[in-house]
Amino acid sequence: MNIIVCAKQVVDVSEMKVDSSTKKPILQGVPQKISDIDKNAMEEAIKIKDKHGGKITVLTVGPADAKERIKELLAMGADEGILIPYPDKYDYHVVSTLLTEAIKKIGEYDIILCGEASIDLFSGQIGPRLAGLLGIPQITYAQSVNAEKDKITADRNMGDKSVTTESTYPVLITVTKEINEPRLPSLMQILGAANKPINDWTVESLADGLNPKIDAVELNGIPMERKNIIYKDNVDESVKNLVDSLAKEGVLR
Amino acid sequence: MKLELNDQQKMIQKMVREFAEKEVGPIAAELDEKGEYPTETLEKMAKLGLLGIFIPTEYGGAALDTISYATVIEEISRKCASTGVITSVHNSLVSYPIMKYGTEEQKKKYLPILAKGEKIGAFAGTEPNAGSDLGAMQTTAKLKGNKYIINGDKTFITSGPKAGIIIVFAVTDKSAGAKGISTFIVENTMKGFKVGSIFDKMGINANLVSELIFEEMEVPKENLLGKEGDGFKIALNTLDGGRIGIAAQAVGIAQAALDESIEYSKQRQQFGRPIAKFQAIQWMIAEMATSIEAARYLLYNAAYAKDKGGRFSKEAAMAKLFASETAMNAAIKAVQIHGGYGYTKEYTVERLFRDAKITEIYEGTSEVQKMVIAGSLLR
Repeated sequence: MNIIVCAKQVVDVSEMKVDSSTKKPILQGVPQKISDIDKNAMEEAIKIKDKHGGKITVLTVGPADAKERIKELLAMGADEGILIPYPDKYDYHVVSTLLTEAIKKIGEYDIILCGEASIDLFSGQIGPRLAGLLGIPQITYAQSVNAEKDKITADRNMGDKSVTTESTYPVLITVTKEINEPRLPSLMQILGAANKPINDWTVESLADGLNPKIDAVELNGIPMERKNIIYKDNVDESVKNLVDSLAKEGVLR
Repeated sequence: MKLELNDQQKMIQKMVREFAEKEVGPIAAELDEKGEYPTETLEKMAKLGLLGIFIPTEYGGAALDTISYATVIEEISRKCASTGVITSVHNSLVSYPIMKYGTEEQKKKYLPILAKGEKIGAFAGTEPNAGSDLGAMQTTAKLKGNKYIINGDKTFITSGPKAGIIIVFAVTDKSAGAKGISTFIVENTMKGFKVGSIFDKMGINANLVSELIFEEMEVPKENLLGKEGDGFKIALNTLDGGRIGIAAQAVGIAQAALDESIEYSKQRQQFGRPIAKFQAIQWMIAEMATSIEAARYLLYNAAYAKDKGGRFSKEAAMAKLFASETAMNAAIKAVQIHGGYGYTKEYTVERLFRDAKITEIYEGTSEVQKMVIAGSLLR
């Protein structure tokens, strides 16, 4: 089973702060990491490989320092990494085109695994776009996957219900966070990752004249407004009022 | 000169930090409260290779450098100082001397078991009347046929009730003084091995510390580590490495004290603003952070000196002395910043305060570290 995992390097949003005067997120000095849900995709790839054998290739479009992050996925269990640098200008169209061309260049694959969305911009577009461009079936929001020899079944998380979907190979699957708990690499695996290849593929070798179709005009933080309601009556009264307020806000149903 | 971890060391640090946050931190307070040994955590750590840090790969270890080791102990201790010291002793006071002084047979027999965490290691040097003064040791070992018969009491033994492989020091030739001490690899299943009482301590309560009692204990001759009379040398060299572990543990505790203080001081409101806005608090935080940074560099320096080869007693003693005092001072300030809440068991800093103190005491008190440092300067 040949598996391609698409992984994105993102800023660790939990460490990100917003400048209170300009409302701009402060991105400088914020640590980078592999988008959490892409790690779930990686974990699922390892599980499938453990069951069926094969090879896992990690594919990333990102800055040069994303190599360090790809190494983490190699330590987890991927066999090989491919890094394509960000072009000067890029959007979902550019990135998904580059990934598509890279996947075509890799050639043989059975499963492409992606996170349902990246934790920084959370558009959820890359997986479906890839499936569209490659002309292969897709199963999005998979919360569990069962890969068999000739077909794959997945439960799609549709909020209040789940839908079981079946597909033949090749297939693209995007996973949700609940699907698994990504493993930590052992010391030996970290040491072993140093010997696994990370190949640099240039943008030019994959696509010509790529231009973004959308412009990111502005990036602003959204300040969280607190209501600052304090219940000062006796406990029984306060609990009643709190519950009433929560119900009114739609928090309790 | 580059004062930075390399990429691999950073990856190891990140992995251990994630592990500690997920698996060690959430149960630390409970284990401390109950005085419960972190058996399950150690099993998980073994799977990640954290119980075979120095051990060569052919015996199932990761064969890592001392700086990586220091980052592992720091990150574990940042969440649980008890688990930190158990790991430190297992790696640096048990696996390491077997690696360094053991015969091929001893390495083959014991290192894979230690690396896999099938048995936890302990180091039995201290006696009721002999701590850092190894010359006053009273435990004896006498060769009888193909066995050594060991008699004596050891005390303050980390992991004492839980350890399966114990490095034991005993006098084989009383007339030779310090040169009459020998080292043995002892298993807890050997005849005559007994666990004495478990200490009721101030801190590091998840680390079970006990007496070990040897009554006509029979240890096979081939379990002598090094030669007869090598014990003093083995103990000093091993403890130098152990001190790097305690320095790392101390840096972890200090860092935790700082983490907690920063978080709390930004949330706690007094006089209409977070206490972090007050200079009194800011200065405490600045002083803590500065000492921690200095302690960490002394730690890396000692680790680097050990990896370079040659003597590193002075560097290890300096790192241990400074880091342990940093941990205690940081814990005092952290409790102060937390005010009355910091004095309660609801807040982590109360545990850090109790845990920090031991770092100034075990594996050589601060005063002994000063003896070592001065000794190497005034030779």
